[in-house]
Amino acid sequence: MERYLRDRRESGAKLLVAYITGGYEGWEAAVESAAAAGADAIEIGIPFSDPVMDGPIIQKASQEALEAGATPASVLAVVPRLDTGVPHAVMTYYNLAHHPGHERFAATLAKSAIDAAILPDLPLVESGPWREAASRAGVETIMLAAPTTPDERLPELCEASRGFVYAVGLLGVTGERATLASTATEIAKRCKEVTDKPVLTGVGIGSPEQAVEASTVADGVIIGSAVVRRLLDGDGANGVGDLIASYRAALDAG
Amino acid sequence: MVMTDPNHEGRFGDFGGRFVPETLVPACEELEIAFREAWSDSNFVDEFHRILIDYGGRPSPLTECYRLSENLGVRVLLKREDLNHTGSHKINNVIGQALLARRMGKSRLVAETGAGQHGVATATAAALLDMECKVYMGEVDVERQELNVFRMQLLGAEVETVLSGSRTLKDAVNEALRDWVATVEHTHYCLGSVMGPHPYPWMVRTFHHVIGDEARAQCLKLMNKLPDVVVACVGGGSNAAGIFSGFSDSDTRLVGVEPAGGAAIGRGVPGVVHGMISYLMQDEVGQVQEAESISAGLDYPGVGPEHAHLAAIGRAEYPAVTDQEVIEAFQLLSKTEGIIPALESAHALAWVVREAEALQGQVVLLNLSGRGDKDVDQMMDVLGSGNDQ
Repeated sequence: MERYLRDRRESGAKLLVAYITGGYEGWEAAVESAAAAGADAIEIGIPFSDPVMDGPIIQKASQEALEAGATPASVLAVVPRLDTGVPHAVMTYYNLAHHPGHERFAATLAKSAIDAAILPDLPLVESGPWREAASRAGVETIMLAAPTTPDERLPELCEASRGFVYAVGLLGVTGERATLASTATEIAKRCKEVTDKPVLTGVGIGSPEQAVEASTVADGVIIGSAVVRRLLDGDGANGVGDLIASYRAALDAG
Repeated sequence: MVMTDPNHEGRFGDFGGRFVPETLVPACEELEIAFREAWSDSNFVDEFHRILIDYGGRPSPLTECYRLSENLGVRVLLKREDLNHTGSHKINNVIGQALLARRMGKSRLVAETGAGQHGVATATAAALLDMECKVYMGEVDVERQELNVFRMQLLGAEVETVLSGSRTLKDAVNEALRDWVATVEHTHYCLGSVMGPHPYPWMVRTFHHVIGDEARAQCLKLMNKLPDVVVACVGGGSNAAGIFSGFSDSDTRLVGVEPAGGAAIGRGVPGVVHGMISYLMQDEVGQVQEAESISAGLDYPGVGPEHAHLAAIGRAEYPAVTDQEVIEAFQLLSKTEGIIPALESAHALAWVVREAEALQGQVVLLNLSGRGDKDVDQMMDVLGSGNDQ
């Protein structure tokens, strides 16, 4: 994923990653539609029973997906068949990697056309063993940098991160906000100062205008709740495609 | 000593750690440093103990159960945490954390609650120290502990009903964590048990150490020896950790009693949720399972990491009792001793009753962690009013 995103960045593009909750009704078509509409990578959520980093929208989608019978295996089995042409990351919680064991989970990801993993409840200090196992399996681990992350830790965190660096845009959980938090550009700037890896800002970006604003500093953005809300509202894959296209157009226009 | 400080990674043996979003890692580090400093500052420790005495009503008495002992053939001593202000052991921890939060310059407390005891205690400490307070409580628990909801409101706290997941204690913890992620700069998360990310399990046990210290001295004064068995109920495990810590270096048998429907140690495998690695009830892929117990306070699929460690090294044992055994123990203590126990604490007695034959002639110290007033409504439904069993 990192090489792909670096190439895209070098071609002058601002990067756009779309998050979609795996297992939620219609998610497969939504993934393909987001990719076709210009997403540079897709983040696929594997629903977990206790998603502490997620706000109401993604919580709801996760819970409904679980109730519909979604499991890590049922979500991952579908990914190789999806026609996207872009890299895939999974976003899930650490217990789903811990339970089967690091090696086994990493191997499952690798053979399921997953290039990278995001585990928001696995901070840098606890992440060593997982990152090693993932790396051996050829899976990149994307680390989150938070507004509260101290300057002393930021270089180490960015160094450890593979794929891209996920700059958490605000103090809080996932979800759209009316305005872009000032922390969004601050944390991206701090990351950019210590790494040349792609830095993408996520959490709290709810409009193409905010995406453009965040991308004045960051290399791009991750759009999650805004996408999933389209699915919850019944707008389906077309709704997701239209939404991603609007972000793509805004980012391309700068 | 078996119950020592956790290692530099916040682990007790293989359990514990700090599995929280990066946003909260600095807050946990800051809390650990602040706690270490405060606990080595005699002014802080003195103020903590002064409030527990003057306001909390400590020391709590040790009560000899003459009729119950005769009935069971086991000498039962009760550590009366039910007589503390707010009706349970929870006040020890919240006074400690609220004082620490104030020392750290935080003006707001958030807390999770199951039965409402920790929520009431936190609301109480917030009122005492003039802090803002918000308590998260699952919808299922709000319904079965209506009185405690109103109590918290009377104390000036805001109670937020949690509608996500299983709508019980586990989900209240999730919601409190989400609040803390967003408000960490001015808010302290006043966690109610020996669980969560480091330093909570260690810090909360330290604030409850007073239970074990008092009980040990009281036993020595009464009998000139230590009890054969110390028994306490375990959800997250704070009251058990408190009383165990007074006896862990002795030969006394330590028994933590879990509810059959929430037996993390009995039925769980190691897993990670709420910031810690510990025994956890989960399904075959690692989704956390919902606990089901008659007592809201023990309705938790995990357990504090130090208990997981004590179980792993064989220093403490963690049997489970059924809701039916608990209902019977609840009535037994009420009728033989005139003490209505919290449903949580009745778990400990239920184990003593079941094991009475094997315990003949022994001295059992039981941590009566809370009083049963909050459960009277629920038991009226269970037993039917006018019940004459």
